[in-house]
Amino acid sequence: MPQKIVALSSIGRFSGTLREPSGCSARGSCGSSASADDLPDAVWRKIQDHPCYSEDAHHYFARMHIAVAPACNIQCNYCNRKFDCANESRPGVVSEKLEPEEALRKVLAVAAEVPQLSVVGIAGPGDALAHAEKTFATFALIHEALPHLKLCLSTNGLMLPDHVERIAAMGIDHVTITINMVDPEIGARIYPWIFYQHRRWEGVEAARILHERQMAGLEALTAKGILVKVNSVLIPGINDEHLTAVNQAVRARGAFLHNVMPLISDPSHGTYYGLNGQRGPTPTELRRVQDQLGADAKLMRHCRQCRADAVGLLGEDRGAEFTRDKLGEPKPFDPGQREMYLAVVERERGDRQKAKEAAQVAHKIEEAPVLVAVATKGGGRINLHFGHANEFQIYEVGPDGARFVGHRRTDKYCVGGHGEADAMATAIAALDGIAAVFCAKIGDRPRQRLKEAGVEAVDAYAFDYIEASAITWFAGRSQSGTVAATA
Amino acid sequence: MAFKIIAENCTGCGACQFECPNNAISSKGGLFSIIAGKCTECKGIYPTQQCAAACPIPKTCVKA
Ligand code: SF4
Ligand code: SF4
Ligand code: SF4
Repeated sequence: MPQKIVALSSIGRFSGTLREPSGCSARGSCGSSASADDLPDAVWRKIQDHPCYSEDAHHYFARMHIAVAPACNIQCNYCNRKFDCANESRPGVVSEKLEPEEALRKVLAVAAEVPQLSVVGIAGPGDALAHAEKTFATFALIHEALPHLKLCLSTNGLMLPDHVERIAAMGIDHVTITINMVDPEIGARIYPWIFYQHRRWEGVEAARILHERQMAGLEALTAKGILVKVNSVLIPGINDEHLTAVNQAVRARGAFLHNVMPLISDPSHGTYYGLNGQRGPTPTELRRVQDQLGADAKLMRHCRQCRADAVGLLGEDRGAEFTRDKLGEPKPFDPGQREMYLAVVERERGDRQKAKEAAQVAHKIEEAPVLVAVATKGGGRINLHFGHANEFQIYEVGPDGARFVGHRRTDKYCVGGHGEADAMATAIAALDGIAAVFCAKIGDRPRQRLKEAGVEAVDAYAFDYIEASAITWFAGRSQSGTVAATA
Repeated sequence: MAFKIIAENCTGCGACQFECPNNAISSKGGLFSIIAGKCTECKGIYPTQQCAAACPIPKTCVKA
């Protein structure tokens, strides 16, 4: 059904709808993100359609996680094992656990509905390699049925060295390891124990084993040419200063991305940290560490810490549509539909990049950069109603153009049971330090509330490309004297 | 001589079942329990009870 596919990229005034695909495949000309520019070509080719690794791809492609690995073999102080792995999803989340055959049915159902699907990952809800047989059996089933899907795997690394051969043999070409320390003394404050070789290890000894296994696993994977991303949880007062050392250690062993995620800590999650008053970083603290590592770390600022059974484009979770009880007979997968979607994406990426470049040439900006927030449901466009946004993508606009710097969640639906006023207060708190919000539409009352909070609501660029709109808006704003000239 | 699982603590993660050398842990309908007749408390095989060492929840795999 081509109509359905074209509708996925809501059409705005910067786009040409009836053009031939522009045929751009080189990253230089086609929608590359700032972080892509310093990656080797071979790496970029592997990740350019991977929504979790490429900031650009995350506008267009979807991932899904399948929860087939409930057991874990270590304990992290930020994890309550009544819930999903806190390395791989946000705390307090419980995924529906699946057997390998159920997981295959789910993937088939999603692939039939969501042509953007390009990645299937196993990240929990415990550790994917604690009982590796189930993980590999699931991957084998999926690979046989839908060979075009990329497979990825996330792990705490404890069992990784034992499985590198298998990972390579199965064609899994992306692995994520959560590495929070390279110093066992620091590790002892993060991991109370591990279960390894039939016994429990505690304290510095446990952290030393984990550290050695993580480094050995990382080295062995990169030696085989498998892309490895490292996640680190930023824990203020414990590893914030130390993450530079982690960064150096993992880069030296060939990790291609180092992603720093904030500790999310709250007494109600029942974690050791939550109950003992360990706080998470503020957005500013997180940004500072990310910037410190930024130059050589190629950070991935769009990571959402998604749930172990998440489905959809990043920032969106359609998991609830595909629970076990809703899976009917598996629908046949239609490769034609996906081909068509890929052609649309290729054209869209090219058009979006061209619009961005044109806007940059047309408007010379000299003021200091500002942050803007965007309500989007994908496609690199401003295409979501302010009131429907559960999160905003944050862009920095300034003399160097517009670049994606992260996202902020409002989570108003997750809180539940609160009135509109509370939802607005949550949104305003999330927009702290933001100059303007771009959305497809916004009501008068919310617009007024935002204005009072010093945030401009902009809906003049509904359905247009994000970067080109932000640049055009910023240029117009500085011309009209809203910002004091700095020159 | 056997271990048991305190059901209200159990998360159903299955770590214990995987580690048990005697296949003594059943998981009917997501409920994990130790079959007393099969459990040897790991004697002669491992120095500690594997279910208790692997279980993420304290005081959940305990002496019956
Ligand atoms: S690795 Fe994941 S599941 Fe295991 S304890 Fe740590 S956060 Fe929890
Ligand atoms: S004590 Fe040992 S034998 Fe008994 S259930 Fe636990 S793991 Fe199995
Ligand atoms: S390891 Fe503990 S929590 Fe997990 S299934 Fe066994 S008894 Fe339950």
